Amino acid sequence: MPILVQHRQIVLPGQLLAEGKDVEVKAQHTIYRIGDKYYSSVIGLTDVQNGKRLSVIALEGFYFPKVDDIVIGMIIDTGLTSWTVDIRSPYLAILHASDVLSKPFNPLKDNLRKHLDIGDLVLAKIIQFDRTRSPVLTVKGKGLGKITKGVIVEIIPSRVPRVIGRKGSMINMVKEETKCQITIGLNGRIWIIGPTLTHEEVAILAIKKIERETHISGLTDRVKAFIREELKKRGLAK
Amino acid sequence: MRYEKIKLVDENGLRIDGRKPDQLRPVKMEVSVLKNADGSAYVEQGNTRVLAAVYGPREVHPKHLTLPDRAILRTRYHMVPYSTDERKSPAPTRREIELSKVIREALESVIFVELYPRTTIDVFIEVIQADAGTRTAGLMAASLALADAGIPMKDLIAAVAIGKVDGTLVLDINQVEDEYGEADMPIAMMPSLGEIVLLQLNGVLSEEEFYEALKLAQKGIAQLYEFEKQALMKKYVEVKVEEV
Amino acid sequence: MSMTPSNQRIVSKLKRSSIVSLIKKGLRVDGRKLDEYREITVIPNYISKAEGSAYAKIGGTLVIAGLKVGVGTPYPDMPNSGVITVNAEFVPFASPTFEPGPPDENAIELARVIDRSIRELHVIDLEKLAVVPGEKVYILWLDIYVFDHDGNLLDTSMLAAITTLLSARIPKAVVKENGRIVELDKEVREPLPIMNKVVTVSVGKVNDKFIVDPNIDEEQVLDCRLAVSLSEDGKIAGMQKMGSGTFTTEEVIEAVKLAKKASKTLFSKINEALKKIEEQ
Repeated sequence: MPILVQHRQIVLPGQLLAEGKDVEVKAQHTIYRIGDKYYSSVIGLTDVQNGKRLSVIALEGFYFPKVDDIVIGMIIDTGLTSWTVDIRSPYLAILHASDVLSKPFNPLKDNLRKHLDIGDLVLAKIIQFDRTRSPVLTVKGKGLGKITKGVIVEIIPSRVPRVIGRKGSMINMVKEETKCQITIGLNGRIWIIGPTLTHEEVAILAIKKIERETHISGLTDRVKAFIREELKKRGLAK
Repeated sequence: MRYEKIKLVDENGLRIDGRKPDQLRPVKMEVSVLKNADGSAYVEQGNTRVLAAVYGPREVHPKHLTLPDRAILRTRYHMVPYSTDERKSPAPTRREIELSKVIREALESVIFVELYPRTTIDVFIEVIQADAGTRTAGLMAASLALADAGIPMKDLIAAVAIGKVDGTLVLDINQVEDEYGEADMPIAMMPSLGEIVLLQLNGVLSEEEFYEALKLAQKGIAQLYEFEKQALMKKYVEVKVEEV
Repeated sequence: MSMTPSNQRIVSKLKRSSIVSLIKKGLRVDGRKLDEYREITVIPNYISKAEGSAYAKIGGTLVIAGLKVGVGTPYPDMPNSGVITVNAEFVPFASPTFEPGPPDENAIELARVIDRSIRELHVIDLEKLAVVPGEKVYILWLDIYVFDHDGNLLDTSMLAAITTLLSARIPKAVVKENGRIVELDKEVREPLPIMNKVVTVSVGKVNDKFIVDPNIDEEQVLDCRLAVSLSEDGKIAGMQKMGSGTFTTEEVIEAVKLAKKASKTLFSKINEALKKIEEQ
């Protein structure tokens, strides 16, 4: 047997995962190789497909920027021609003034803080990142821009994929059950707008439950039942 | 040299705290013990107690300290004033400066620093109670905290100090054995890979004794590695499924 | 706080790969064998103002150590022992990467490795340095100064340090007024009470090969190194793994064996130099 771990098993840094040449390993930072031995580099959850395709999803950790990712950032500083944005990653992101302002921009007259101030949240897309320079954001695009209503819930970024679920199955279920609009920033910030504050509260509880129980199977059904129960408790469902 | 000679190994071959020569002190380990840090851990070995916290990878200021092709590592090993019999000044001593360096070098061989250019990973170790083996306990706590922070690494670090007391090699020395013994050899390894990441010898050993000490250390390290893995797993096993 | 150094000198990739590929074949850029030291020069009593001193040069690395002696009170936990303090300074002109200021972690580590080896092997019988036991003892300050850095500072520094101790002539302590006053008579000199000799051999690891006495360029390609202090009769008197690579246990054993072998070169240089001054 080339793969030495089960599907959906918790593994630890230094753990031998597989041995041999006919193992297909998804190249990523969670698995490393010495000779033909594959080891886990993180605390993670294994994903074994057809007994030969192996990957490890980190259970802990931070967000690492990738071009085209949608993230929710917070303005933490303004310069003359750009904003500095915290996207919960090792690198602070940049949002250029020219991206936000439509008319020509005069740094001597215009004050960027009138447009986006420190503490403001933005839904943005990463358009540039190569590790040698800071990630660059854009807010041009459908739905992107300043966030002015609703609530934000923060989760461990590496657990975002579980909140989304296979082909969006998990998050679509949560949206449907809670009647909330939910937008996921891949950096672990999730934006919720519900018909009432109570609906939003239930959605937050559900997302936190997914985050906490990421590694325990049967999650979708459990969360669905959980939401229904919580809504019932609050008199929002029968 | 030393005036009050204490008998460190009795006629039955037992040590001053009743342990056998190849026996570890009781161990306690826990991860995610701090709220603010990205990763944290607590390690207790006998009366030695250590807290470790990790921040990062994050941006460094001033920027000229960064490296273009890898993350830098900043490490502080520190003993708090009330951790010792006599109050220790909070200012870093020469010993703490040296230990911070060897601990940093040990951690650098474990972390995949090349994944995060231009950033820093900060590792802080606070010894809150010192009873020998603080650097080895600190390294274990640091490695658990790094794993807890989700920082990719080759392996956990398990570490222990071997001593020579009354001519006998002993595993995991305590303070009395450290003070009155003939040698102290802290050693840290990546157990899965069989690689040594820290090795110091303070004292005199013959070549044969050194080889014996290495063997004894590996035995202790294997046990400590199991404790570390249990401590990490515990965090996930203890999450109870809330049934409705 | 210890920080990954960001001011290291950069060795060209071409040079690095030629160093590595030579070592792989058992050769070195300067024509040495893997277990061979560069040219070693040891000059005892180099500084006449000091009570002991030595000039030590290995390749282009130059270290001068000096011993100053005073009388003071012993440490409360060692009332009947003399006191020795080892300090190392890397002077700024010794390398473009050295900065002015108090000793950094590298200088502190070097001094402490040397201090531990000297202390643990009982190179000096410190009890013989108690003048009035419990009251007045000799205080020895051993200052190690690195003036030129061409690699392998530790072995060179230890060479200077041990030669200093072995060749020192300290002034005789004269007790007056029933032990209340102790004066040093500079006219009457005697050697230190030496019990053992120690040297340090740094063994560098490059992939699966080991080299002794890395020069400054070789230091840049080492995975890591193991410094092994050895007594003349082959006991291990201290060890320190330095640098961020790793050793397997088999490799550590191999490194110790190599260090033991190479230590003979250093001891013979020391003995030669001491013999020369005795003949004078």
